[in-house]
Amino acid sequence: MEKEIGMQMDAQQKGVLLIPMPEEVDQCSAVEIRNNADYKIMKEGYRDIIFDFSQTSFMDSSGIGIILGRYRLVHVIGGGIYIVNASPRIQKIIRAAGLDRIVTFIN
Amino acid sequence: MKNEMELWFTARGENESLARMAVASFLATGNPTIEEIADVKTAVSEAVTNGIVHGYHNGDDREQADEEKKIHMFCKMEGPDFTVIIEDKGCGIEDIPKAMEPMYTSRPDLERSGMGFSFMQTFMDELEVKSTPGKGTVIQMKKRIAGNLCTSEDAVWSQK
Repeated sequence: MEKEIGMQMDAQQKGVLLIPMPEEVDQCSAVEIRNNADYKIMKEGYRDIIFDFSQTSFMDSSGIGIILGRYRLVHVIGGGIYIVNASPRIQKIIRAAGLDRIVTFIN
Repeated sequence: MKNEMELWFTARGENESLARMAVASFLATGNPTIEEIADVKTAVSEAVTNGIVHGYHNGDDREQADEEKKIHMFCKMEGPDFTVIIEDKGCGIEDIPKAMEPMYTSRPDLERSGMGFSFMQTFMDELEVKSTPGKGTVIQMKKRIAGNLCTSEDAVWSQK
């Protein structure tokens, strides 16, 4: 029984994937973020994604592509996208692309 | 005051940050606000990435980057008016209005969001795109730097 509860908790923790975003999110850094994230989403079965922008000072539309791509992956299985520690600038970029309708900001 | 800068660099992804840093340093001479620097950096990043990924297909995982392919960037500051021109000699754009539609991308495989031109329009005052298929693309953007309207010289002058 104890083991079962432990496994359940493990599964719950596994349900959320935390993606630390780099200092600069552009097309150059996007490829690696995408590949790492998708490997984990596919192999380990994550449902909800948290993008952590605490280290990020710059992002262009490549970041929008990353968020949108992961949204498409987890949306079909009922998952959501959460944005944490985004500076006003990063939030502005996300809003300018209209992604504030599909992500949840947590600060 | 008039100030100009010209830069040629290889169309590699690693040079996107070089272009942003160069334009931010150049802009700093015009006494901009932090927000204005961020707007210009975003717009320049979009234009340069377009040149690399779409003009030259150098963002491609399948192809080896061609080191002979170059991006040309020209910046001008004339009073408060900032102009930046970003040029590639790549494949060009067949249908510019289509390319400029928000969310449209010719490279969904690279997960390009299709927001590049929209961001250039959002964060700059003027955007002009000229392209010849097979010859290349020229993107010209302008922005009035409001931070520039009160220079340190003006501030000293007003105290007299």
